Amino acid sequence: MNLTLLLLFPLFTAFAILFAKGLKQVRVIALIGSIFQLLLAGKLLMAYYQIKAQGNQSQMVFEYIQNWYAPLHLQYHIGVDGISIAMILLTAFVVVAGILVSWKTEQLSKEFFFLLILLSLGAYGFFISLDLFTLFFFLEVAVIPKFLLIGIWGSGKKDNSAMKLALMLMGGSALILVGILGIYFNTHTEAGIHTFDLLLIAKMNIALPIQKIFFPFAFIGFGVFTAIFPFHTWVPDGHASAPTAASMFLAGISMKLGGYGCLRVATFLMPDAAHAYSWIIILLATIAIIYGAFATMMQTDLKYINAYSSISHCGFVLLGIGMLTKTSIMGAVMQMVSHGLMTALFFAAIGMIYSRTHTRMVAQLGGLLKAMPFISSVFVIAGLCSLGLPGFSGFAAEMTVFMGSWQNPDKWFRLATILACASIVVTAVYILRAAGQTIMGPMVNKEHELLTDASWNEKFAAILLIVGIVVVGIAPFWLIDLIQPGTEIIMSKLGAVALVK
Amino acid sequence: MSNPIFIALIPILPLTCFLLLGLFGRKHFSTTSGIIGTLSLFISTILSFATAYQYFFQTGKINGVYQKIIVFKYTWLEFAPNLSIDMGILLDPITVMMLVVVSFVSLMVHVFSLGYMKGETRFATYYAFLSLFTFSMLGLILSSNIFQIYLFWELVGVSSFLLIGFYFEKPSAVAASKKAFIVTRFADLGFLIGILILAFYAHTLDFGILIERLSVISSPYLTVINAASFLGMSALSWGLILVFIGGAGKSAMFPLHIWLPDAMEGPTPVSALIHAATMVVAGVFLVARLFPIFALSDPGALQVVMYTGAFSAFFAAVIACTQTDIKRVLAYSTMSQIGYMMFALGVSKYSGEEGLGYMGSMFHLFTHAFFKSLLFLGAGSVIHFVHSNEMKDMGGLRKLMPITHISFLIACLAIAGIPPFAGFFSKEEILMAAFESNRLIYVVALITSGLTAFYMFRLYYSIFWSKDASVKNHHGEGTISMKIPLILLAILAIGSGLVPIASFVTADGLPITSHVPISFSIVPVSLALIGILLATRLFKNSNDLPVRISQQMGGLYTAASRKFYIDEVYLFVTKKILFNLIGKPAAWFDKHIVDGLMNLLANSTAKVSELIKGFQSGKVQDYALYFFGGIASLIILFIYLWQ
Repeated sequence: MNLTLLLLFPLFTAFAILFAKGLKQVRVIALIGSIFQLLLAGKLLMAYYQIKAQGNQSQMVFEYIQNWYAPLHLQYHIGVDGISIAMILLTAFVVVAGILVSWKTEQLSKEFFFLLILLSLGAYGFFISLDLFTLFFFLEVAVIPKFLLIGIWGSGKKDNSAMKLALMLMGGSALILVGILGIYFNTHTEAGIHTFDLLLIAKMNIALPIQKIFFPFAFIGFGVFTAIFPFHTWVPDGHASAPTAASMFLAGISMKLGGYGCLRVATFLMPDAAHAYSWIIILLATIAIIYGAFATMMQTDLKYINAYSSISHCGFVLLGIGMLTKTSIMGAVMQMVSHGLMTALFFAAIGMIYSRTHTRMVAQLGGLLKAMPFISSVFVIAGLCSLGLPGFSGFAAEMTVFMGSWQNPDKWFRLATILACASIVVTAVYILRAAGQTIMGPMVNKEHELLTDASWNEKFAAILLIVGIVVVGIAPFWLIDLIQPGTEIIMSKLGAVALVK
Repeated sequence: MSNPIFIALIPILPLTCFLLLGLFGRKHFSTTSGIIGTLSLFISTILSFATAYQYFFQTGKINGVYQKIIVFKYTWLEFAPNLSIDMGILLDPITVMMLVVVSFVSLMVHVFSLGYMKGETRFATYYAFLSLFTFSMLGLILSSNIFQIYLFWELVGVSSFLLIGFYFEKPSAVAASKKAFIVTRFADLGFLIGILILAFYAHTLDFGILIERLSVISSPYLTVINAASFLGMSALSWGLILVFIGGAGKSAMFPLHIWLPDAMEGPTPVSALIHAATMVVAGVFLVARLFPIFALSDPGALQVVMYTGAFSAFFAAVIACTQTDIKRVLAYSTMSQIGYMMFALGVSKYSGEEGLGYMGSMFHLFTHAFFKSLLFLGAGSVIHFVHSNEMKDMGGLRKLMPITHISFLIACLAIAGIPPFAGFFSKEEILMAAFESNRLIYVVALITSGLTAFYMFRLYYSIFWSKDASVKNHHGEGTISMKIPLILLAILAIGSGLVPIASFVTADGLPITSHVPISFSIVPVSLALIGILLATRLFKNSNDLPVRISQQMGGLYTAASRKFYIDEVYLFVTKKILFNLIGKPAAWFDKHIVDGLMNLLANSTAKVSELIKGFQSGKVQDYALYFFGGIASLIILFIYLWQ
């Protein structure tokens, strides 16, 4: 299967949107384009299973290499393994749901949908890249639309938030660039040249001192994207100001770019340093988990609640990566998928509530279940997934992270695991508070009784995401089967290092 | 019937029902959902009874010992080789007994609700939640894997949350549902960490293997887990006690009991099902499931179970004497009776005749499920009739609701332990076990037993005697669907004590043959009779004696009626400490310090660029100045270095 299709489809859609006439054409094209993306992602999954069933044991499948700029040894090198396919599927789900939710966008709709599709293009490019520079290029493609999406279609103090988000993510990118260049200049291929090729670099052993210098750049840089403490402050403000679909993309896709990068670039290419610094990662992750959870408890704006809870939940991703056991890393990947779907669903529900009541303040809402049972149920389902209810994806992911973390026998790491486990209680507190005050209870504002329930596009968006959550929640073994081979290769790199020591 | 599909159908039917009613109930089954739910559960119940018959009389026994039978097992989530959550079905005596109890009581509640919830706008949703609960509870008892039980444990918790908060427009119901979920979640944290500890040392999550590895004395796993210690306690004790905390949360043991009385905000049939007969005994079930490890490897942890249970039993009985909301009286009584089951496990040994406590505990679980759900359904019937939960609104109802009256009386006699009602038999076994093992516990149990008789008859007289009925324009005692469950359960409240549990459900699978001598029963029964007589004197006819007595008891009475201020302590801890001391500072720190630092960084970057900007002014004179200044400083530097 040709992976470049994953880039061509969105590109084609984006240009078709530019030439479309009228609101109706724009959104129909956007929707059809996104559905094609989803179908393509599904086909990719099928093709992957097929090629694996034929006994293909190689690390990456559907590889393709094309020289891009020979003097700097830049290549367009793409390929996927199970982990990237999981991420691509997640992206495709969120894109369709995001487009459906923003169906009614009328202000500058052409530009809006164009940017959404462009963002998805960046994400696909990022997940299939096997060349560090190409990867970095697509990362940037995914950042810039966000600035515009928030700055133009946002609400509240959107200028400030857009600027903050862009600056912090650019700062992260700068760190990543230093990390990537650091790796690049310390690679030596047989031909005696430097390389950006991820698979080639993985076969070399970069000296420990060099790893120790550049690992923090790469890890923290990607960490900024996934809200590593203390570089998480773009998350609450960015989400609060962003339009619904942008929030969904931001939390569902962008934060995953960071987690994926931490794993695929920082940890995979510099395993010695990952071992050396794992205690710092775990410390920061544990802080993010606990502190994020407690900070969430005090929020009064629904979007802030979900944004802070994202910080806490993304802490699980970092914790899983930092613990460096096979199970914990699989847990981290599962948590990325689970959090992406769940948080997109949560933001979608919040957006639906906001577009009707024109407020996100918990105190001004109440008893919405009576007026809009569907949206309220969606909200409750997202909440229950967030607090790790079995049957939804959150449970399987969190438990895998906990079991995996516990396998790391270090005494202090055990303590971190226990603290992380403890956060599930705090999560229950804030989720139930939010649900209790907005969905249940007496209706605070009598005018809310007249509000209408979800429209068809919102229903489809919600159902799509719920299906994703439930499938992962009920059949986590499918996801495990998908990501296991990829994780084993990362582990072989990490484990080989541990033996050398 | 040996086909595993039939056993798997027992939980799957309610699940299907939940999906059907949850997704399409509002539109398509708004009136028929009750019938659908009840019928599907009826099939489940028949399958449960058939399974029980087959297990106890045909397949369960091998060489005279009841075995643990794994019906099937499917790897659901593999963490590592040999370490996975399996979805499976494990049959052993306690599972099979619980199957019968859960499906039967649930069926009764389904039938009762047909009348009780009639006309409710969210009728379909109610039955959907009820089905979800039944599915989760059946899944919980069938679990073959400790993580599987945890999974269903959470599901049970959430269905309880949904049902307590069913009247979602009532703020008190919302608060109660939140409280129930969060308190039990807190306890589940202990359970989860306990699982992590046990699984780490036993290298398995499977119940059968786990129990074998941690209870056989020569097992190398046991040596390792006993050798590992933390804060002076072995890892095994930590693991077991943490798991027990999870059980104590669900089973409302002191001090994690505070959610149970509030949970009475839910519809009354729900209280009968979840908060009397099934979910609240999950903790007892969990300890019983792991009993070989407790009894054979770690008697210390078992002592914790014993003292917690005994204290809870007594503590709750005292509070129950002072409550005026009839459902709350029943809630505290439930807590007290579960305390009974807990300490019965605590005083028990593993094998032979010394396993009497275990058997008694399971026996009591069995009989209690019937008479307590009967009490709750009776209370529901009364509440349906007078539209109030308060004793003061009741009285003299015996003529108006004859069936409820008689069945309630039977249940009261059963719980008080009067022969030949069911509670008598199970309590005797427990008291005997306590008497032989620990005299202190025995005395506490005796006093509790007397108190139980007293408060139950206080309740009985306040509802049905006391004064003349004040209810006018009533709509009759309730529909036939409300009466049938009362009658059936009343029959069981009399008859279930005669079931020879001793020959079926024991810790080691061998029947216990010894009988409690009649002379032993004299003390407890006479204490119970004294309790009843006292209640008769005080509450049968309305008089001012109870008020006078309560005034004379002064502080003690107030403290008990305020539930010993445990709620206030919790409120203090959550509001003052969690919110004000941790949550608020965390939010403040984030907004001002962390974000402030980021803003400072941005601002200072801007400032610096503002400064540097001046250099690039575009004036040739300035550039010339910098140029010559640079040359001058280079010359000075050069001369300085050259010297």
